[in-house]
Formats: sequence, structure tokens, C-alpha cells
Amino acid sequence: MQPTAHDFKSNARAALGDKQLQDALSGLPGGLVAQRAAARARLPEFDGLRDYGRDLRNHTLEHLDVYLERYETAVKGAGGHVHWAANGDEACAAILRICQDAGARLVTKGKSMVSEEIGLNARLEGAGLEVVETDLGEYILQIRHETPSHIIAPAIHLTQGQVEADFRREHAHLPAGRRLVDPAELVDEARQILREKFIEADVGITGANFLIAETGSSIIVTNEGNGDLTQSLARVHIVITSIDKVVPTLDDASALLRLLARSATGQEITSYTTFSTGPRRDGDPDGPEAYHVVLLDNGRTELLGSEFREVLRCIRCGACMNHCPVYNAVGGHAYGWVYPGPIGAVLNPGFIGIKEAGNLPNASTFCGRCEAVCPMRIPLPKLMRHWREREFAGGDTPFTTRMALKSWAALARRPWAYHLLARLTSRAMRVASGRSGAFRWLPFATGWTGGRDFPAPQGRTFQELWAARQKQAASKRSAR
Amino acid sequence: MTDPASNRPRVGLFVTCLVDMFRPSVGMAAVKLIEHAGCDVVVPRAQTCCGQPAYNSGDRPDAKALALQTIAAFEGCDYVVAPSGSCAGMLKAHYPRLMDEGSNDHARAADFSERVHELVAFLVDVRGLTSVPGNFTGKVTYHDSCSGLRELGIKTQPRRLLTSIKGLELKEMADSEICCGFGGAFSVKFPDISNAMVEKKSANIAAADVDVILAGDLGCLMNMAGKLKRQESSTACRHVAEILAGELDDPPIAAALDKR
Repeated sequence: MQPTAHDFKSNARAALGDKQLQDALSGLPGGLVAQRAAARARLPEFDGLRDYGRDLRNHTLEHLDVYLERYETAVKGAGGHVHWAANGDEACAAILRICQDAGARLVTKGKSMVSEEIGLNARLEGAGLEVVETDLGEYILQIRHETPSHIIAPAIHLTQGQVEADFRREHAHLPAGRRLVDPAELVDEARQILREKFIEADVGITGANFLIAETGSSIIVTNEGNGDLTQSLARVHIVITSIDKVVPTLDDASALLRLLARSATGQEITSYTTFSTGPRRDGDPDGPEAYHVVLLDNGRTELLGSEFREVLRCIRCGACMNHCPVYNAVGGHAYGWVYPGPIGAVLNPGFIGIKEAGNLPNASTFCGRCEAVCPMRIPLPKLMRHWREREFAGGDTPFTTRMALKSWAALARRPWAYHLLARLTSRAMRVASGRSGAFRWLPFATGWTGGRDFPAPQGRTFQELWAARQKQAASKRSAR
Repeated sequence: MTDPASNRPRVGLFVTCLVDMFRPSVGMAAVKLIEHAGCDVVVPRAQTCCGQPAYNSGDRPDAKALALQTIAAFEGCDYVVAPSGSCAGMLKAHYPRLMDEGSNDHARAADFSERVHELVAFLVDVRGLTSVPGNFTGKVTYHDSCSGLRELGIKTQPRRLLTSIKGLELKEMADSEICCGFGGAFSVKFPDISNAMVEKKSANIAAADVDVILAGDLGCLMNMAGKLKRQESSTACRHVAEILAGELDDPPIAAALDKR
């Protein structure tokens, strides 16, 4: 995916003016946000579970090498194959090779953000394979030639009316007069189309929500059951995922699953939670003939050894973006790369560089709502600030910002000069504002005054008022 | 230190740069409240800004220098009180993080941190205040500024003091805990998004149908007041300290001078 994170500001402006997008986004507070709040209220130990999850993930990251090796051994023991990929290119090449070796023509896919990260579909299609997304949201995006705007609700930027129009256009062979009003009717239609693909597919590719070192299993959670059909009906099942997904034991995965669904959709547990361990064994009624896991690094090891380690605790629930006022205002596409919202603001610079993604960790008021809801208690604002520090130290902060900051800091470190300038500015602005109390336009804050007034100062500084009060008190004392 | 004769603790007022330059009446209201709570107030001249603009722009060295300057300025104070959750949060939660752990500076910042309080939290949690000098008749709503709420846990304290005022009706607006879109430099760097956020806020304020919108941070207040003024709203915008202290002679934030 070609990043447009450097265009975040213009992306955001376009998003703010997009009526349909704004309509779609307006459902978030009453939807996922309210559902999570209700789920949390139903589980008194929720915050304690968050502490547990944080510690568990910290422990796993601390010993990631050990658990990954254990995982690999267990996968092999169950008859599966593990492929290590340092970057997206290696991961795509490994997957393509497996498909070609299997003589595949049709590939079905469950939802996977890692596959978005490595640009898998384009690579496979480039090699002549037909790739079909089977998650409803992802299927809609595929026929629209769009990318996900949310990590768990990929088509959240669309309204139902838009989807209906897409289906009528794309599924022209179906009766034109059919009803497509309820979400259930849309799901039904997609199911009919996809059912054939499931049966015909040679290879099924899924992601993984967790990998279990103890058993060599991968877990996916879905609400549509599409993942199960993708991975059990095709001859070959490929899991594309990243090294940070591993947890030590089955019990550990269960604890994290309790947090994941509640944080994501407010469900106690998703409709389907599917564990896969190796290919079909003798006597199994179904399942793939071959089972492959492609483990992507793509910069994660570097994050592990940096001040950004904590971001690798993420379990991809999407709560941070659901609760982010910036995400709620502009949606996910404005972020300009795979991962939107606060988690994207921390992850994307690690994957595509701070020069490309510098806007993202800056586009936050540090309101802290993301950290407050994160099931893994990732200090997202702190990590965004660390990217700003890297940007500043590396000289990537825009020149004018840097100069403004440096001159301001030089002044603030000289209290006498600072107080003098504060007095002069306060006075000048007060005079310039007349009796209006505010500015409708200010030369150095035209962005601000484009949408709101800028309040005028009262005209004297507090330090002045305080000095006057002290003087009055002193003269009262000496008069006595 | 505490004056042994009067037994009144010595409180250093961290004015904050916005209050100093834009709305000193908030500082005077804060002084009145702190004195009302049985303390003596000092205002060190050597204070300027808490350093957040540098800290949040990634300029750690300047942020650290300003932190050390501020810590030195308030030596000898029993408490350091700021009429802002954002600045108090910087002093309290972030100063220690700026220093190398185990260093002398870190120890100083940690000791300083323990003495720092946001104004209203100080009045209620430290001084146990249950009544205030202010009196006001009308409907108000309170916006929970992000740092105060999420870094310092300020939620009930302002509401408790506000509801102690006879004649004041406190109405909760929808989404009082959602950011107004100010965010310091954010409002300058991303004005379109900031504006969209404050537009949602002003809609919630309008729906609450109140005379005054209150908050504990001047940055958020200037943002909300600027929006309300542009929309020609009749809702006044004030710092919570002004109402609590009964310092209402100055016109509300962004209000015209002759309109009382």
C-alpha cells in the first residue's frame, strides 16, 4: 500500500467535508463505544484483567525468542510448516511459493491486517491468482477497490446505502427487484456469492489473533464464520501473522480473549473462536491437507528493542480508535497507511518511517482516552510523544515549528524577559481587540480564526496585578 | 514553609502562562480561594511556563531546563497549586519522567511532584473545603478537561464545590469527558480537526441549555469560548475558579467589554 500519511492534513480536510463519511462515523459513539462500556460494566474484574493481560504480554515480549522457538517446534510437531519473513516482500514471496507449489488458482482470505501491511492481494493477483476476501467488510472493500479504514470494522466508513449500491452493481446477475434493506439481507447475498468460492478455493489464507507456544495452535476470532470455511475447505491453509502474536499457553490465550471481544465489540466472546493446529490428521473428518504459518517481523524486532516496546502488547481490538476524537472526526483513511487511529500513530512510523508518518503521532491532543480504554494498558500518548522526540532529535520537525519552539524556550528560560514580553503582548492585543473581547482574525493563527474567534487578553498580566497588590499591602503595613 | 505563628501553609501559585497573559482575573480568583482555604499565597517571579509546548513537541532538553527552573522557583513552598489540570499534570506527572531515574534531579522532581496540586483538587482533597465565597444564580455545566480528568482524577471535586453554591444549578452535558479539540499546539497544527472537535463540543453545550460553561483549564476555555462567540451563542464561558471565588466583575471569556 502506497502510504499517504505525509498528506494527513489534506486527507483530514477532505474527510471532514465528506458528508457520507461523517454520517457513517456518527454511529461510533452509540455503537462500539457504548457496547464496550456496557460489557465492561458487566465484568467487575475487567480492569484487574487488564493488569493481568499487560503483565502477561510484557512477560512474553521479554522472552519472545524462547516462545517463538517453542511455537515453531510445536507447529512442526503437529505436521505444519513455519516460514520466517523479515519483511513484507519475503512474506509475500513465501505465500506465493506455497500457492504455486499447490497449483492454486483461487485463494480465499479471512480478515488479516498483516496481509494489508505486506500488500498480499496485489502480489498474488499480479501472479495471476484470483483472491477473494470472505469477511463481509473486506469483501465490500474488495469490490470497491478500497482499503480497511478500521482494524476490526474495515468498512465502517461506509453507509448501508453505499453497500447496497455496490452489491446491485457488482451482482448484476441477481434479480434487480430484490430487497437489500436490512443488514441481514446484505449478509445473505454475500454468503451466497462466497459459498461457491469457499468450495472452489485451493488455498485459504487467514490471519491469527493469537499463536499458542505450548500447542502450536493459531486462533482466529470472527462473527461471520467465514474464517472457518476459508481454512477448512481449501486444500492448503496459510496463516499470515506477525511475531508479536505469540502467547505461552492456552490459558493465557483465554485470558486475552476475554479482554479482546469486550474491548472490540462489547461481546463476551465472538460468535466463532477457532483454534487450528496443523493439517488434517488421519481420521479427521475435514481440514486442510497442508498447514503453513508465515511469521512476519517487518520492523517489530526493532520496536522490541526500543522505547516503543510497549506497543507490541497490542491485541488489535480497535478500542483506541473507537474512542479517539481525532479518528471519530476524520475516519481511518486519512491516516494514510494500514493502521489508523492512536495505535496507527505509534505503529506506522515504525513500519514506514517517521519522515513519511510524522503527522500521525503529532495529530493528537493527548486527551488520553485511548490509553484509558486500552485492554493492554499501552501508554499510547507517551509513545506518540516518543515519536515526536525522535522527530525533533533527528531534525525532522518542520523548520518553522522548530524555530518558534526554540525562540519561545529561550524566552521562557529568562523570566525577566518573559514577563516583559508577556506584559507588552497582553497590552497590545488588548488594544488591538478594541472592546470586542475577541479577534475574528489573527495573522499568526489564521487556522484557528478560520473557524472560531480568538479571545482577547484582559490587558494586564497576573504578575502585574500581583505586584500591585503586594505594593498596596506593603504601604498599608508601613502606614500602620 | 508553614508560618509557625499563624500555622497557615505556604502555597506557591503556579499562575500558568495563559492565565498570566490572557486572564489574570482567574489567578486572583485562585488566590482568593487558596486564602479562603486557610493558606498564605506566594507568587514566585522566576516562574514562566510549565514547559509543555517543548515537551509535547519532542524538545526534551528545553522541557527539562524549564522543569528545573520551575522546581527551583518553588523551593520553600509547602504546596504548589495551579489553576489548570493540564499544567498541574505536567508538574506532577511528567516532571519526574523528564529526569534520569536515580539522579538528584529526579529526586527533586519527585519531591516537587508530591507538593503539586490542581487548584480545585487542592481545595477539596487537601484542604477539605466544603463551602466557597462565591454566590451565583443560574444554570451551569462543567467540561472535564482531559489532563485534569485522566491524569489527576479530577471529576467530583469541582462538582462538589459548585453544588455547594445556593442558586447554582449544575446540569451535565453529553460527552463532558470528550476532548474539546484544543490540545495546545494541536489547535494550531491541525486547525481543521480541532475546529471539528470544538463544534461537537459547542453542540453539546447548546443542548445542555445553560447560562455558563465552566472548566478548569484556560486553554480549553479559550477554544470553547472562541467557538461559542463565532456562533453568536449567549452561553458565557468562565474558569471554574471565577464562580467559586465569586470574582465575576470581568466579562466572560471572549465577551465584549461593554456587554455585562
